[in-house]
Amino acid sequence: MRHSIRIAVGPVQFRIGSDWAEPISALGRLYAGYPQDDALPAEATVRLFAARPWRRWLRPSVHIGGDFIVPDALPLPLSMGLLAAEMGMNLQVALGWRRHMLLHASAVAKDGRAVILSGESGSGKSTLAALLGEGDWRLMGDEFTLIDPEGGDAFAFPRAVSLKNEAIAEVAARVDPVRLGPLLAGTPKGDIRHLIPRPEAIAAMHEPARAALLLFPRFGGEVAIERMGEGEAFVRLTEASTNYVALGEAGFAALTRLVRETPAYGISYPDSATGIALVEQLWAERPR
Amino acid sequence: MSAVRTFVDLLARRRDSAALAPLDWDGVIGVARSEAMLATLAHRLAHADLPPTVAALFADQRAAAAVAQRQALWEAEMARRALAPAGIEFVLLKGAAYAAADMSCAAGRQIGDLDILVLASDIRRAENLLLNAGWEWVKSDPYDDAYYREHMHELPPLIHKNRDRMIDVHHTILPRTHRITPDALALMSDAVTSGSGYAVLNPADMACHCAAHLLADGDLQGGLRNLWDFHTMTRDFAEADPGFWGRLDERAALHGLQDAVHRAARLSRDLYGVMLPSRWDRHDPSDRWFRRRLLARDDWGRVTDPLLEQAFYIRSHWLRMPPAMLAKHLWTKWRKR
Repeated sequence: MRHSIRIAVGPVQFRIGSDWAEPISALGRLYAGYPQDDALPAEATVRLFAARPWRRWLRPSVHIGGDFIVPDALPLPLSMGLLAAEMGMNLQVALGWRRHMLLHASAVAKDGRAVILSGESGSGKSTLAALLGEGDWRLMGDEFTLIDPEGGDAFAFPRAVSLKNEAIAEVAARVDPVRLGPLLAGTPKGDIRHLIPRPEAIAAMHEPARAALLLFPRFGGEVAIERMGEGEAFVRLTEASTNYVALGEAGFAALTRLVRETPAYGISYPDSATGIALVEQLWAERPR
Repeated sequence: MSAVRTFVDLLARRRDSAALAPLDWDGVIGVARSEAMLATLAHRLAHADLPPTVAALFADQRAAAAVAQRQALWEAEMARRALAPAGIEFVLLKGAAYAAADMSCAAGRQIGDLDILVLASDIRRAENLLLNAGWEWVKSDPYDDAYYREHMHELPPLIHKNRDRMIDVHHTILPRTHRITPDALALMSDAVTSGSGYAVLNPADMACHCAAHLLADGDLQGGLRNLWDFHTMTRDFAEADPGFWGRLDERAALHGLQDAVHRAARLSRDLYGVMLPSRWDRHDPSDRWFRRRLLARDDWGRVTDPLLEQAFYIRSHWLRMPPAMLAKHLWTKWRKR
């Protein structure tokens, strides 16, 4: 393709090709601090392309392609090319990755132990992880947490954090502006702005962590902490996993072990500061 | 050297994987994924000298394919439990059959839907039994439904409501309206029992069906995989039975599939390199269009020759139905857009 870039996030080596220069240079800026090994073959391919040649210039719209595609997915305007790239990368991992069990969850780690936050979009899992990652936690990722079926360890996927709507201002107030991508206003997912993880988080992206807490955050409403049984955590995580079924027995064994070894809580919180305080409280009280 | 050529050479073992530059793998992996053959390649190169990350990716693929195969055979078992008590016999087709018979093309092969063949006289009962056992219709469009029932070689696809897996119940192997009418009764009555206990087509019929599927029924989408199936099964059948090629000729004649079967054999010789008996080892100038179509992928996994792709798409419809019917069908489909 005309323009391309190679990006390594956690264990996944991507190559991203594009008919336009803009999304590639935007990716180049976000991922400049990630380790670059040009001799590593790409395991996953993303293509950003114009459905018709003239649509490269005339009302340019970006279709998302690659090894795996979503049929009938709507294209995005070129101004949202970075979001198209992000969606393309997520898709390849969600549908193609088999080495680990994928949890649609954010995670942070400290002293080799991980707190995994699983929830639907709007639950605040990305925002909480991003804010914790600005404190004394290592950000493991805001989208996927990878569980090794063999050993049970959690592995990081620290892509550029996708901040949405109110979270943008909240995080932007606390970080150096050079770590923020361009504002993508009015996308189908609302306003989006990317945050480059701290260099320590990127440097440590291959280091495993053992799950210490499984949290299911819910943004809005009264403060509440609710201990969750193994069965409920198990069912929720099967729904949060994109490859649980495809992994068969290995997936079942990995998930069973995870919910048996790791205490799980549902937490409700009215604002991020309270959410962070709840995580820190549960961390301090965790069984050791 | 294009990635798709490298990919085919690696499958055919014409090229040493150790001689590839690290970034050659990008294209090879991309093409293999586009052809749904990454796990096949992973099996083919299980003992080859590979860059560590490629070796790790291939190990993932082999493990995932083993799970997928077990799940596909479980679907066959579910169909057996639904149909056998009522005395309906069925024959497994395509991927599930190759897995049930433990054939070499099954190693890493992706298996999509469960394809089974039943006697035409059993098809209504089979449908009812499957509906009772939890399968549901996928298509709710009355035109599509009627189209399947009147003109196709299979029921409208059914999907299981709990397991989310599709089953295609065939009563023959080409659409009713196709220019060629294979002998479906012979396919059923001469089926054989595989090691795992399921009925599968006998070797010659299996190769006939594979060639029909590749060349007579579709637009060659995913053709490299179907050709790989054909290549490995004919190679293994001929090794086990020196009279195989002669028997294949006879069966192909019975089903009206000589052209497809002979072309499949020539293409598998040209791409994957196999020695054919002299009666089969001919040259047909039109094969080049098929080779071009099969190899029409660039290093990013994209189809490179949209005109040729379109031509093969039209060809597939041309073979499937008479011209007047084709016009009516396309008109109806176009108005529904």
